[in-house]
Amino acid sequence: MNSPQPSSDRVLLLKTFFGLLLRDLRVLSREIGPFLLRVGMQPLLFLFVFTFVMPHMAGGSPLSSIGPGFGSVLLPGLMAVAIMFSGIAAVALPLSTEFGVTREIDDRVMCPAPVAIVAIEKVVFSAVQSIIAALMVIPMAIYIPATPVYPDLHRWWLLAIVMVLSSLLAGTLGLAIGSSVSPKNIGLVFSIIVVPITFLGCVYYPWAYLDKIRWLQIAVLFNPIVYISEGLRSAVTPQVHSMPVWIVLPALIVFLYFLGRLGLRGFLRRVIS
Amino acid sequence: MRRIVIVEIEALTKIYEGKQRVTAVDGIDLSVNPGEIFGLLGPNGAGKTTTISIATTRTLPTSGSVRIADVDVVRHPAEARRFIGVVPQFNTLDRSLTIEENLYYHCRYFGFSHGQARQRSAELLGQFLLTERSKAYPSQLSGGLAQRVQIARAIAHRPKVLFLDEPSAGLDPQSRMAMWTAVQGLRKEGITVVLTTHYMEEADALSDRVAIVDHGRMLAIGSPQKLKETFGAQTIISLTLRHTDGAEAVAAALRTYPGVQNVELAQDCLRVFTSGAEGLLPELIQAASPLGLRDIAISEPSLETVFIQLTGRDLRE
Repeated sequence: MNSPQPSSDRVLLLKTFFGLLLRDLRVLSREIGPFLLRVGMQPLLFLFVFTFVMPHMAGGSPLSSIGPGFGSVLLPGLMAVAIMFSGIAAVALPLSTEFGVTREIDDRVMCPAPVAIVAIEKVVFSAVQSIIAALMVIPMAIYIPATPVYPDLHRWWLLAIVMVLSSLLAGTLGLAIGSSVSPKNIGLVFSIIVVPITFLGCVYYPWAYLDKIRWLQIAVLFNPIVYISEGLRSAVTPQVHSMPVWIVLPALIVFLYFLGRLGLRGFLRRVIS
Repeated sequence: MRRIVIVEIEALTKIYEGKQRVTAVDGIDLSVNPGEIFGLLGPNGAGKTTTISIATTRTLPTSGSVRIADVDVVRHPAEARRFIGVVPQFNTLDRSLTIEENLYYHCRYFGFSHGQARQRSAELLGQFLLTERSKAYPSQLSGGLAQRVQIARAIAHRPKVLFLDEPSAGLDPQSRMAMWTAVQGLRKEGITVVLTTHYMEEADALSDRVAIVDHGRMLAIGSPQKLKETFGAQTIISLTLRHTDGAEAVAAALRTYPGVQNVELAQDCLRVFTSGAEGLLPELIQAASPLGLRDIAISEPSLETVFIQLTGRDLRE
């Protein structure tokens, strides 16, 4: 018969993980157009309005008065937003329907591997999408603004580490949201979680510039997006003042750990009763 | 040497703690032999689905154990899942994949290579008469067709035992018959089948053995034939009457007839429970004719009578 050879548990685990990845890749390949639009539209319009349209207006942008070119501030910030949005769109939205409405996740949960593998695969796959989304921002920042913004890629290793950690973090955030919010309320999540953590995530301004509003500067430290933005800032636009790397990296790891645990626990609770 | 058993449930209990403490499963012992079609019968809320959920690693028991092909499902759920196929109550097909892909990726999750998965899904599409619809999406399928895809998917990795939870809920009679044929076909492949149902004729027609459960307890187990014999499933002769004045007296008289076990008066109808209708009919007709006998109906022993006798007539939520 053509049954698979009896393989060791670890090999089977890898095959299962790979099978789950293949499935997601297949689904994404069917929706490549919508995917690109989804991740590209926001940074595209943002750069267009704030770094192309506004500078052409009389008097320039009121935002351009905050030190280095606003484009340089925006580039890492928009990469951070792209990473986070992808994490939520790739994990939270599908999980919420697969759990709540159709229970489609059941077949994957019944695969011959620990249930957590299904959640981990989702996070890993979403991280890949986050990285693609973030990289798409770079050419946009070069071609759209009135004054092109070139990323400084000398510290590429730092960029790579921050991108990987941030993308996984975004996936675990999506996992935590997707496994705890019912599909009915998932729209609300955007208003009460995603929008606030973006606007207060040092995306459109560097963290250091908040020093005039001390309470806010401290309060936003509980927002994981801050470390994504600041980490990317110190990697791609070192000319802009940013939080030291020795704070950013441990913070990303701590948030990754806690959101990962929270998300995984929520996932297991939904799957095993 | 141990007896070879494919599903072995021992002293299984499941209690849901909460505002209201609910004992869903209350000490079930059960073993299913290889190659058998086993029916788990019970009213809604009897504990059938919970039992199946525990056996398929989706629910953790409060106490007791379930072993599938000698693998403990609580201690080694991932390993146990290799031997388990599940067709849940609801359509859980992957909506983002075509029918063929649903089968293909299921095989990949179980470690099949690309070639093996392709071959196996083609084989299943043929076996379940799905080849024509292989490129359709689950949302385009009728209930019966979706059910067939679910069965095909559940056995794709060649499990030892297939669990079907209420397989004919919501199916039209044709689809139900087709599903029965499919399930009976699995026996030829050596797959053991455990199904839950509250359709008596389904359990009667399909199962080699059935267990009747209610309130989380097992009330009876055996072949449908044996249950009917043991639980004195009786022939019921219903005598419909024009007027019921004096029916009580007639009922009392009938109870003394040899072969009559009980007589109930229900609205305009006398229900006579007997071990056999032979020889009794003329006497019954004679006794009932003063009341204006309108109609006689005889129902042969069925699993339903056993079921009602064991689980009562109360309505369940």
